[in-house]
Amino acid sequence: MRSKSKTLLWQKITLHAVLTPLAIIWLFPLWVMFVFSTMPDYGIFSPDIVLIPSTNFIENFKNLQADTDFLRAMFISIAVAVIYTILSVFLTSMAGWALARYRFAGKPFVIAIILGTITLPFAVVVIPQFIMVAREFKLANTWIALIVPPLFNSLGVLFMRQSFSMMPGELFDAARVEGVKEWQIFLRVALPLARPTMAALAIILFLASWNNYLWPLLINSRPGMMTAPVALGTLIGLTKVSWGGIMAGAVLLTAPILVIFVLLQRHFIAGITAGAVK
Amino acid sequence: MPSRNRVAYAFLAPYLLIFATFWVWPIISSFLLSFQNTRVNPWRFQPSLNWGRLVADPAFYNALYNTLIILVIQVPVMIALATVMAVLLNSPLLKARPLYRFAFFAPVVVGEVAYAAVFRLMFSADFGIINKLITSIGFAPVSWFDNATAAMILIIIAVTWRWAGYNAIIILAGLQSIPGDVYEAATLDRVSKRQQFLHITLPLLKPIILFCAVLSVIGTMQLFTEPFLITNRGGPGGGTETLGLLLYRQGFTSLNFGYASAIAYTIAALAIAISLLNLWVAREPK
Repeated sequence: MRSKSKTLLWQKITLHAVLTPLAIIWLFPLWVMFVFSTMPDYGIFSPDIVLIPSTNFIENFKNLQADTDFLRAMFISIAVAVIYTILSVFLTSMAGWALARYRFAGKPFVIAIILGTITLPFAVVVIPQFIMVAREFKLANTWIALIVPPLFNSLGVLFMRQSFSMMPGELFDAARVEGVKEWQIFLRVALPLARPTMAALAIILFLASWNNYLWPLLINSRPGMMTAPVALGTLIGLTKVSWGGIMAGAVLLTAPILVIFVLLQRHFIAGITAGAVK
Repeated sequence: MPSRNRVAYAFLAPYLLIFATFWVWPIISSFLLSFQNTRVNPWRFQPSLNWGRLVADPAFYNALYNTLIILVIQVPVMIALATVMAVLLNSPLLKARPLYRFAFFAPVVVGEVAYAAVFRLMFSADFGIINKLITSIGFAPVSWFDNATAAMILIIIAVTWRWAGYNAIIILAGLQSIPGDVYEAATLDRVSKRQQFLHITLPLLKPIILFCAVLSVIGTMQLFTEPFLITNRGGPGGGTETLGLLLYRQGFTSLNFGYASAIAYTIAALAIAISLLNLWVAREPK
């Protein structure tokens, strides 16, 4: 017995001895981001290794705001992410509901399309999508350009479809017998039951929109219509720029989402694993 | 399940409309564009121009080479690391589990631009904290942005930091879906922990690990933000230029949409081919 508890203790020590340094390395960039956002530029460029936060965050933010209109960009990012999330959850729920609960002509074809596009690289459509939105529709630097093209989301449809098909069918049949219209069954019966799935999906979609970089960079590059990541990206690589300011911007992009992540970890993980574990 | 064509398509309509407008049409149009000369006004059908240029373009082979190097080094390293993270996080002996989970999973929610900015600052040759740490233990500082090999290593480190936790989340979910009585039975049969891991855990995880590998291949094939922002537009001198960056440069800096479309189709074809190869290599032996 004694030797067994001894090996267990050793296993425990080894486990923590491997994981702790790895965890410290993994947290290091985030800590550096935070510390540098509070330091004046001469502190960042000093020859010493400083890893204790200072008190210069507000100054840094003012420098950032002078380099680019970051407040405006944050406002655009928040508004786009909120509108996009609401629209996208609703659209994918409707499509998921149709696939889960009706037989209809062409259904295998629609399912094949959705499965086929999950793994299709965005690179294939980015050029013509840009030509169409910017040149043909003349929608560059508009809210529509930021929100509408990314609404197509196969993973969300599959996620919602799975949730709807696990609900007991008698529930909906009972409503039909009562003469309730199909769209009312969807809105009043099915959607409220799918709330946890919608929450997980909403978090993933919000995150995707908040962090989206390539499409907003291409389509909304005019100052005043840039999202926050695009605005921050324009400063990286400039010579006369406040690095403390850039770090303050990085913290403002990261901190809110980290707080949401800590509070709603379960939903996040449900959303991320949705595609993997059947 | 009722058969309702009109109702079903009414629910699907908005989604399919966006799909047709922003995906189907662009996919077709991209294919047609790749056969056009887009550097003349108006654009002209000239089937061999872009594809002929592609197979002879040293910039294309450079970007392809860089992308494949990142692919063969970064993807296996990251997935091995993610598996280790997941297995250790799943251990019942672990204390302070939420803290470790936070450390590994936090990068998953950090945006590309924010983390690119931090990595660029951390790895700066003159005042970056990494070089300060390297010199403080007696080694020579590394010029991360002027040396092509170092710059590639930097990209690999950055992408691994950002995505290992993401894969660990997926693998951890896979681990937790393995029923515990499988291990109990093995323990009763005096199968050692190591044997259990090799002969029970890994084979059961195989489909999940494959899924992660396929996702990572597709991501790596279009890698753009890291070489764009961290190593300053694929620097030094194209040393970290990837296919995604070449696509951006041709499409949106040179505005040569025809050539960029040919590159886009090449990226998609390679991503699909490598994913299929992955699945084929890992197929169940008959």
